[in-house]
Amino acid sequence: MSETKLSLKARGSVLTSENEQLRILSEIKGCPPFEAPMGRIGLDPLYATGISIFQMNLGKLCNQACRHCHVDAAPDRREMMTRETAEACIDALAQTDIPTVDITGGAPELNPHFRWVVAAARALGRHVIDRCNLSVLLLPSQADLAAFLADHQVEIIASLPYYRPAQTDAQRGEGIFEKSIAALRLLNQIGYGVEGSGLILNLVHNPVGAFLPPKQEAIEAQFRKELKLRYGVVFNRLYTITNMPISRFLEFLIETGNVGGYMERLANAFNPAAAAGVMCRYTLSVGWDGTLYDCDFNQMLDLPVDGGAPRHLSDFDPAALHHRRIVTGNHCYGCTAGAGSSCGGALT
Amino acid sequence: METYYHPGDLGKFAEMGKGNKELWEKFTSYYNAVFAEGALTEREKALIALAVSHAVQCPYCIDSYTQACLEKGSNVEEMTEAVHVACAIRGGASLVHGVQMRNVAQKLSM
Ligand code: SF4
Ligand code: SF4
Repeated sequence: MSETKLSLKARGSVLTSENEQLRILSEIKGCPPFEAPMGRIGLDPLYATGISIFQMNLGKLCNQACRHCHVDAAPDRREMMTRETAEACIDALAQTDIPTVDITGGAPELNPHFRWVVAAARALGRHVIDRCNLSVLLLPSQADLAAFLADHQVEIIASLPYYRPAQTDAQRGEGIFEKSIAALRLLNQIGYGVEGSGLILNLVHNPVGAFLPPKQEAIEAQFRKELKLRYGVVFNRLYTITNMPISRFLEFLIETGNVGGYMERLANAFNPAAAAGVMCRYTLSVGWDGTLYDCDFNQMLDLPVDGGAPRHLSDFDPAALHHRRIVTGNHCYGCTAGAGSSCGGALT
Repeated sequence: METYYHPGDLGKFAEMGKGNKELWEKFTSYYNAVFAEGALTEREKALIALAVSHAVQCPYCIDSYTQACLEKGSNVEEMTEAVHVACAIRGGASLVHGVQMRNVAQKLSM
């Protein structure tokens, strides 16, 4: 599985249609509608409990084209948040006391307004997270990015699916492992991930294939040992995230005949404790065009917030959004399987 | 195609509890205790189980523990080495019995 492809959009794939993806996920034998197990534990319908994370998706442009990408991001994608929408985000944020701003993409750093967003959110006193693909730090245009992030005390959450080259390159593209290690060394040099520096560097492990992630603490210990021993690299925490059965990972599942087995695996591993803590209950996700979603996954499936809550930043109303009803579907099994999965790792 | 082994039977494993519930429960509680984190990690135990499933040639266990090893964070290189450990012990066990063959041959030969 080492071939890196362009986006689904550039290839004119049928999966570009969100409805087609939802149809496929709803018709899998052995995988009951997500509402069934949720109903059994009294969580259907699912309601938000508040908003503690304001997630901003700055667009789909990325310098990588990973095979598991749920955004369908790639170098060929051009959708990007404008300065006007970015300013509307910051204005909305200022009306709230949401403590954390989680910036994602694509490679969010490639949006020309990225640095303005970071500085503005920091000026409001919010904790800022950059979901960084690591290799972006090596681009000549981004030579001062690491120093900028450190100056603004931005927490970095970086994807590194595995501590060996073959697996990482298979998922994220040829040569990405080597670049990731070079970027991690660069970050360590300026203090990221180093104890006592206050600069947080967290890693994300996704399984390289159609199976669930290991226990977070167990794989974190393995990563810590291997990365230190082989590459002298250190980090703070490792988060495990389950691959979401949407977009390019769904394409992989279909092409390899794994879609039914994977969905069944997720459904059989439904964990009520993880279901109670899913990240949509405390996250608001803003798309590159200002549309509001319960999470980044719903964003990619074109499922905006529902239940009477305002659907666009231009009608931002924190009170209405706080206790909104969440839009769910079979992709949600990805968040509730095993120890659970969220942008902050396992849930239980 | 008719075969002795049916992949779907793995999912019906618990039907074995129908004949004697008490023994089945004893087995499952023992089984779960064996695979829990102990002096060995769950990951190490899954690798041992993978090797043993090759030694006992159980296709159900090979399926299960291939998936389990991946889900415990092992990689195919480690899993292949585990299978070689099973192979080496199986091969070695045959060879060491060769001493018996040599003893018998020696006794019978002029
Ligand atoms: S997974 Fe991340 S790094 Fe990879 S293509 Fe998608 S956005 Fe880019
Ligand atoms: S996919 Fe989104 S809406 Fe569904 S459970 Fe996960 S976070 Fe919530």
